[in-house]
Amino acid sequence: MCASGKYTSRGPALIPRMKTKHRIYYITLFSVVLLGLIATGMFQFWPHSIESTAEWSLDRRSVHDAPLVRLPVSSPIPERGDLSCRMHTCFDVYRCGYNPKNRIKVYIYPLQRFVDEVGVPISSTGLSREYNDLLSAISDSDFYTDDVTRACLFVPSIDVLNQNSLRIRETAQALAMLPRWDKGMNHLLFNMLPGGPPDYSTALDVPRDRALLAGGGFSTWTYRQGYDVSIPVYSPLSADVELPEKQPGPRRYFILSSQTAIHREYRAELERLKEENGEALLLLDKCSNLSQGAASARKRCYKGQVFDYPQILQESSFCVVLRGARLGQATLSDVLQAGCIPVILADSYILPFSEVLDWKRASVVIPEEKLPEMYTILKSIPHRQVEEMQRQTRWFWDAYFSSMKAIGMTALEIINDRIYPYAARTYEQWNNPPVVKWSSVNSPLFLPLIPPRSPGFTAVVLTYDRIESLFRVITEISKVPSLAKLLVVWNNQNKSPPEESLWPKIAVPLKVVRTKENKLSNRFFPYDEIETEAVLAIDDDIIMLTSDELQFGYEVWREFPDRLVGYPGRLHLWDHEMGKWKYESEWTNEVSMVLTGAAFYHKYFNYLYTYKMPGDIKNWVDAHMNCEDIAMNFLVANITGKAPIKVTPRKKFKCPECTAIDGLSLDQTHMVERSECINKFASVFGTMPLKVVEHRADPVLYKDDFPEKLKSFPNIGSL
Amino acid sequence: MQAKKRYLLVSLGACLLLVAYLWGLQIGEFHNQNHHQHIYRVAQRPGLRLHRQHWPEWTHPLSPYLEDGEQEQDSPLLHHQHTSPRERREIRNNIYKSRRCRMDTCFDFRRCQRGFKVYVYPLPKGEKVSESYQKILTAVEDSRFHTTDVNQACLFVLGIDTLDRDQLSGQYVHNVKAKIQSLPTWNDGRNHLIFNLYSGTWPDYTEELGFDIGQAILAKASIDMDNFRPHFDVSIPLFSKDHSQKGGDKGYLTLNNVPPSRKYLLVFKGKRYLTGIGSETRNALYHIHNGEDIILLTTCKHGKDWEKHKDTRCDRENEEYSKFDYQELLHNSSFCLVPRGRRLGSFRFLEALQAACIPVLLSNGWELPFSEIIDWSKAAIIGDERLLLQVPSITRSVDHDKILALRQQTQFLWDAYFSSVAKIVLTTLEIIQDRINSHISRNKLMWNSLPGGLYVLPQFSTDAAVFPFYYSSLGKSPSQEFTAVIQAVTPLQSQLQPLVKLIIAVAKSKFCAQIIVLWNCDKPLPSKNKWPSTAVPITVIEGERKTMSSRFFPHDVILTDAVLSLDEDSVLSTNEVDFAFFVWHSFPDRIVGYPARSHYWDSSKSRWGYTSKWTNEYSMVLTGAAFYHRYYHYLYTHYLPPSLLTMVDRMSNCEDILMNFLVSAVTKLPPIKVTQKKQYKETMMQQGSKTSRWADPDHFAQRQTCMNSFSGWFGFMPLLHSQMRLDPVLFKDQVSILRKKYRDIERL
Repeated sequence: MCASGKYTSRGPALIPRMKTKHRIYYITLFSVVLLGLIATGMFQFWPHSIESTAEWSLDRRSVHDAPLVRLPVSSPIPERGDLSCRMHTCFDVYRCGYNPKNRIKVYIYPLQRFVDEVGVPISSTGLSREYNDLLSAISDSDFYTDDVTRACLFVPSIDVLNQNSLRIRETAQALAMLPRWDKGMNHLLFNMLPGGPPDYSTALDVPRDRALLAGGGFSTWTYRQGYDVSIPVYSPLSADVELPEKQPGPRRYFILSSQTAIHREYRAELERLKEENGEALLLLDKCSNLSQGAASARKRCYKGQVFDYPQILQESSFCVVLRGARLGQATLSDVLQAGCIPVILADSYILPFSEVLDWKRASVVIPEEKLPEMYTILKSIPHRQVEEMQRQTRWFWDAYFSSMKAIGMTALEIINDRIYPYAARTYEQWNNPPVVKWSSVNSPLFLPLIPPRSPGFTAVVLTYDRIESLFRVITEISKVPSLAKLLVVWNNQNKSPPEESLWPKIAVPLKVVRTKENKLSNRFFPYDEIETEAVLAIDDDIIMLTSDELQFGYEVWREFPDRLVGYPGRLHLWDHEMGKWKYESEWTNEVSMVLTGAAFYHKYFNYLYTYKMPGDIKNWVDAHMNCEDIAMNFLVANITGKAPIKVTPRKKFKCPECTAIDGLSLDQTHMVERSECINKFASVFGTMPLKVVEHRADPVLYKDDFPEKLKSFPNIGSL
Repeated sequence: MQAKKRYLLVSLGACLLLVAYLWGLQIGEFHNQNHHQHIYRVAQRPGLRLHRQHWPEWTHPLSPYLEDGEQEQDSPLLHHQHTSPRERREIRNNIYKSRRCRMDTCFDFRRCQRGFKVYVYPLPKGEKVSESYQKILTAVEDSRFHTTDVNQACLFVLGIDTLDRDQLSGQYVHNVKAKIQSLPTWNDGRNHLIFNLYSGTWPDYTEELGFDIGQAILAKASIDMDNFRPHFDVSIPLFSKDHSQKGGDKGYLTLNNVPPSRKYLLVFKGKRYLTGIGSETRNALYHIHNGEDIILLTTCKHGKDWEKHKDTRCDRENEEYSKFDYQELLHNSSFCLVPRGRRLGSFRFLEALQAACIPVLLSNGWELPFSEIIDWSKAAIIGDERLLLQVPSITRSVDHDKILALRQQTQFLWDAYFSSVAKIVLTTLEIIQDRINSHISRNKLMWNSLPGGLYVLPQFSTDAAVFPFYYSSLGKSPSQEFTAVIQAVTPLQSQLQPLVKLIIAVAKSKFCAQIIVLWNCDKPLPSKNKWPSTAVPITVIEGERKTMSSRFFPHDVILTDAVLSLDEDSVLSTNEVDFAFFVWHSFPDRIVGYPARSHYWDSSKSRWGYTSKWTNEYSMVLTGAAFYHRYYHYLYTHYLPPSLLTMVDRMSNCEDILMNFLVSAVTKLPPIKVTQKKQYKETMMQQGSKTSRWADPDHFAQRQTCMNSFSGWFGFMPLLHSQMRLDPVLFKDQVSILRKKYRDIERL
């Protein structure tokens, strides 16, 4: 860089005019310095890879340097593998231990080259690319341990993915030579192509004692449910071909068959189906005019017409996955990647990861015998469901099929879930695509229970120092029949609550809790004193609610115990001009929030508010001394996906004498602040959880032409 | 020259600056590196191992595991010429018999082509079956799958009691083998379903039944994974002879109190076996009993000669055992231990489930009840007998949210599949039916969330999104349109007729997608031009059987999620329709309608009473004007038994009551009443419309009778009361009418 600097410094001499000379010189100098800066800046970005390769170089080795192990002919052979093995009989769970992370530890044996007595390797391929990918994925994961004494699961580095390349007896001997083999206990083998001609057994033929098998192509007779793991047959195309996700919807073809090795009887059946249904079916086969090789794997033909594979799979709604001599087919992976719904015809096949994946949502399984009925069966599936399944197939591929890493991690995750079942991933976690996970709700109060009336509710009154008003509120609420207890939250640290004798005498227990700090969130704290499910949060100035109104509110809460049940309703609106949310307190036809100045809700939401409120909302509310009710509305709507219930016509809380204080300007800043809250909360939640409804709850006979004294709640107040 | 010097100086300076800058960067990087290194070390375990040994990266490219075209070598065409698929299947069917039975090999699907029908053999003359087995047979006979025609049968249930196969038991039936062999359609047990609760006997309690079941499906309690033939056998729960026939006791959970932890963490009360099979786990329980929040009580006092075997702990334990009341423990504990007994399953399991006491299972090798469909990890803690000592810390580590969820799931499962013998039997049958047509079956979501698999018929759809129950768990909402289905019974004569007015009012709703008129009138169909012209299509369907139940027939033309069911004489304004539809959208699983009715328990006559009086609460909404999900049409037609449907048709009455029973039984919630302008029907009656069936005095008495027949079939009273009505937010408020969206509702 300096050299070029010198060069430019000489440059100006050739230019006759001083001023231009100056300018050019400075421009050049400036650009050189700038270039230098950019170059160094770029340099800053590279080091990561440079650094890591540097680090890896420590571990860069040649496969041929792996230690050679000679297997004596007489070396012991493990037993064939016990079909009755289960986790509780063949797996040593003590090795896994109880740990707070509920994570198993996996050890990988270092690579060795096993040869027989005459020096012939036990496998024709040795370590394959795929198995290597799998092992490095495990090694990079948080399952991995390099400490053999702490391991719960052992993964041999002997590659048995493809049985074709193995010498069965010698491989078995090699397994038995592993230092911790111990009858195969807690050892995990990965195999994708089991069996061999002519019988093609459905599980790896290598004798393996009690080792667990993660196998592709299990049949119901070889799969040890709850012990083995059924894995997919990895498709090498996954790594080479990138198929962009296609929007679910109708496709050009209805059914596509792309496999090249289909038994002629099945092909005949498929052709018959094609004759009957014409263009809707596309039957592809190998291209006869193309030479064998990599290219031919990527092409399929139909009557001389050439199609790109696997791209063509994206053009069909359903794709046939027929068994070959083996049950597991790599085609399944291609089909899923293309977002095509697999139609699986392989009797007794244990579908990949079927222990956790709900294949009914992503595939159609048809008995081989019913192949002739395939078209009719598939036609009966409605479009909406087809789209749902298309989305599901792609999600399965993305999450569990897309790479050897995904396959390996899923298999380990399944085993992990068996060992720590109480911390296992749920059905929803395994099966719901991210879009569903994002938009669905999973309320912990899902059971439709209408709680009995008798426990009543606990009124929680937040107060600072308005004693007169507080006492009035207490006296009023105490008239409500279902009130079980009154809890006064004394939020004033400078002043003590009045003496016991001064408090109104009421029939139910009255407790006063003094808080440490004057915070709004104190109102939503799950005090131990609250022993009922139902909580009535009420401000110390709400004196206008009638006893009937409150009792009715409680009755409505019992019918909707998972919602906020309140009196005045409020609304959020999208302000198109400003491009943000707006708070609306006008008397509209719609409601999406209720004020918590007086509202019934489940005590569970106090826990959520206090301990599980997302982001910094809780602190934000305490700092602004506002919007705690909006935050509560957000929280409840977000967890339940439901709107609050507004009861009775009540529209406002402020008593006539209070309105004098509320100047117009004060009101406006208040509104601005509350709009700000909505926008802030929506961004923290990452979504707008509030739901808008147009109804409110009134007593059945409200305003009906019916004798008032026969009504349960005659005294429902006005606006 | 001076200029040259200056240039040189400036450029040199620039160079120097650059060098300094680069150097500075280098140092920064160095620092960074050090920093990284530092973190790296800290992250390490304190084993003073600086480098974790990772799987290395190889310098040589590795070959793929699968050569191109290797999959093709699989081809039966290329290698050893395989037998044809058909022959292969034949061979397979012959190999995989008895202990290796699967549906493919031991079940004749052809018998089920005409539908899933179950035949029960008549009881052999003079033989009696146990109470429990009788309940099972009754449940099958009451189900919609039952057939009395042996030729129609897809599945056979024995008339021989096979529940108790413990030779020492009084219920043990002898010569079962001979009796079975003599059945004309036994056919080596193919398509037979055998129920069993107890097998084997002292001392080893094997799963031996004492006769050869051949290719029959075994529905057995306490089944061991080893003997369980997956997707062939069915594991059922162990139930006592007092278990309800139908309906069943409710779960004990009424409150979801927070914090959810109860007085005790973990309890157990039961026998302890001093020796023999299954004794180990129960013998070890005392290790984790702490007398405070973990109460595990065992007694040795059982059997005749317990004192002979008793050990040092027996006396003290027996004493403590009698101090605690089992029911008290059940109700006040968060978790209930369910250790294996002599057999793998025990009564403790269902008891805990009902009591909302989360079961902690310690029974290695037990194939859990209905494991094929139930995700037990959502309702129980599946422990390992070997890890008994971890149980306290595992149960303590379950957080509040999870306890709430697990506890509620116990109640859901109890009520959906276990609370009565009928439910256990129906679940067993439905599991088998799902296997027969695997592409028309329920997925795990349907089985494991409300309202449970028995109320979700996959023949309607296998897509959860089209049922009214899963909108929120799938993040979806019902469509914004409805189909109005109007039941017409009087001929179309004038354009002022209520029917015409109704059609016009409904068609004006912006949510109305189509109107379907069910022509249930004896008079011929009116010509097309007689119908009012509307913006939405009107379809007239002439019923073949002009019956009451046909109004709930799931016609294919109904494509919207919502159905607005109407009587021809209903009086509704567009406003009312719009508002009710909006409300339904918030409660898509319920009936949302206008006129409401109530039920009550008439203790003087000890039966259910029906009232149409104005009351402060209601439990039914008339379907003469109501919104509900179209799935309920399907459920009404295909789930309810013919006996109830014919009863409705015969009386031409009660179809609305039956619909309310059904929906409340499914949802466990009351319907929703919305406000309406006029008092519907009541006013109509006063006008003395002669054709109205409401004027009939018998009508009311019939409805009373219906209530009792329906609750009899359901086995319980599903109806629930509500005290609220939903009104528009500004309903009858003293604000300008111009502000109100639904003005017509309050105009008289």
